[in-house]
Amino acid sequence: MSDVATGAFVSPKLLPPLPSPGRLKRWRIIATWRDVVLTALSLYLIWTLGWPALKFLFLDAVWTGSSRADCLAETAGHPVGACWPFIAAKFPQFVYGFYPESERWRADLTFFLGGMLLLPLLIPRTPFKIANALLFFVAFPVVAYFLLIGGSFGLHYVETRSWGGLLVTLVVAVTGIVTSLPLGILLALARRSELPLLRTGAVIFIEFWRGVPLVAVLFFATFMLPLFLPPGWEIDAMLRVLVGISIFAAAYIAEVIRGGLQAVPRAQYEGAKALGLGYWGAMGLVVLPQALRVSIPGIVNIFIGLFKDTTLVLTVAIFDLLGQLRAAFADPNWSSPSTLFTGFAFAGLIYFVFCFGMSRYSLFLERRLHRDRD
Amino acid sequence: MAAEYPTHAGLSSTRHATAVEMIGVHKWYGDFHALNNINLEVKRGERIVICGPSGSGKSTLLRCINRLEEHQRGRIFVDGVEVNADLQHIDEVRREVGMVFQQFNLFPHLTVLENCTLAPIWVRHMPKKAAEALAMRFLERVRIPEQANKYPGQLSGGQQQRVAIARALCMNPKVMLFDEPTSALDPEMVKEVLDTMVELARDGMTMIVVSHEMGFAREVANRMVFMDEGQIVEINAPEPFFAHPQHERTRLFLRQILH
Repeated sequence: MSDVATGAFVSPKLLPPLPSPGRLKRWRIIATWRDVVLTALSLYLIWTLGWPALKFLFLDAVWTGSSRADCLAETAGHPVGACWPFIAAKFPQFVYGFYPESERWRADLTFFLGGMLLLPLLIPRTPFKIANALLFFVAFPVVAYFLLIGGSFGLHYVETRSWGGLLVTLVVAVTGIVTSLPLGILLALARRSELPLLRTGAVIFIEFWRGVPLVAVLFFATFMLPLFLPPGWEIDAMLRVLVGISIFAAAYIAEVIRGGLQAVPRAQYEGAKALGLGYWGAMGLVVLPQALRVSIPGIVNIFIGLFKDTTLVLTVAIFDLLGQLRAAFADPNWSSPSTLFTGFAFAGLIYFVFCFGMSRYSLFLERRLHRDRD
Repeated sequence: MAAEYPTHAGLSSTRHATAVEMIGVHKWYGDFHALNNINLEVKRGERIVICGPSGSGKSTLLRCINRLEEHQRGRIFVDGVEVNADLQHIDEVRREVGMVFQQFNLFPHLTVLENCTLAPIWVRHMPKKAAEALAMRFLERVRIPEQANKYPGQLSGGQQQRVAIARALCMNPKVMLFDEPTSALDPEMVKEVLDTMVELARDGMTMIVVSHEMGFAREVANRMVFMDEGQIVEINAPEPFFAHPQHERTRLFLRQILH
């Protein structure tokens, strides 16, 4: 019988579903001439960029030594790549800055506590999420503050001016990230509020902070703000920078979240209202979870930018990781032709690890939160 | 169907014989007069079906009852509580009035069960376990308990709308508003939703339904309301309404939709 129905037709029986032939697998490396050319080009690029890097970082690198002499071609007997002993010698400075050596255990303890609290927070399915979040977001900052600053509980006072290195980078980045998100959410909600005064205030606030460069903010906080404060008032330099960066990032976050809020249909809010939920209930339980979910790529984008922008504190004489690196370059004991490159390779690696980590985690989070879309 | 399902008439505190009362209600969108002098009294246990051409103000009328829209003139009472700018009144009314939307408005990021327990937990402050038990009872009643842990996006339109009905019922409402509950459904799924609504009507729920499902209207409505241009044109019991519509506009409309 023909399957082509002309005129009247009655299917004799419903056909059973057949197994799918599966996705066609094609080896796209040399499938066509175009692929061959692209493959060859890619290989050439990998070779020209990858091989020198490999040579510099590993093959020609000097691994042991105690001074610049070990990193010179004359001593090593071959062209010298990375000078890793330089990193090893300066490592404590890169991590702690000028934090007094006898007190560095306090910074270590802070790193350890932060890591131990953050890790279970990032892993789904660990128990006591709420207690964990409270510990990390409320208790940990307080503990970290007293631990790092000291001056009480029998700890020596360590002024923030002597903090430095990765410690400063992490303090600034983590504080900026943790405070800018809730602040940004509130700003976004204010900007979409039905109260005209609140809305206008939020618009002005956001547009102002987005309109000025971060460097100007830092300069203002550091050098100008003291002039406006009444005599006798003094706000710690680090604190001023933290506040400046947090507000700056919050303005950007607010705009990303506003985009997310606009993506949630109004009907969702009405559905929540009709059930008797108030503004905060409807926002917190129904609208924001959906808005934040679509905002994740944008939010993480800002966090990654923020992490790298922390290095701008250099302009106001706070020496973060990059600042300490540059200070270390000035050490004549380690001045060799490859010192500079080694240092930047190391710093690049550190930044990359953190930023790539954030990026991967956000992808993981997105996939997890989109479970309901299959 | 056995009658061990919870009925509503018995559970609600009987404060007022009138469930919803609208007196001289007006509403404008800009210059457009959306509701023009609406007077309607809905008795407890009564089932009202509102029909009319699109843009006639049916949905707006419904949405004014739980203040999703604000009316500008006239007064609305729900179970004796006036719906006005007083936020406490609005909260009280919304707790007692369930609403089912044309587009379901389920929360896509929550499972079916979580959709149903959200309001009991956060508005009624019910313990989670009790709220889940309650939700399962209503999900069984709309015959989809087996979907409780799925997300709304994984259900068919008819199933989603039944979840929406169960979600509203979990708040033990005194009045249920239905805003074209079957208009967004595939034809094959209309019946399962209407059946659920018929059962609800049999249990004595006070219902105000905006719908063009005339079969349903004949079966359950106590009174039919026909609206046009923001006004109530005709109110009558279903029998005479369909057999002998009084107003010319009503006759025209019924001719159009009954073919």
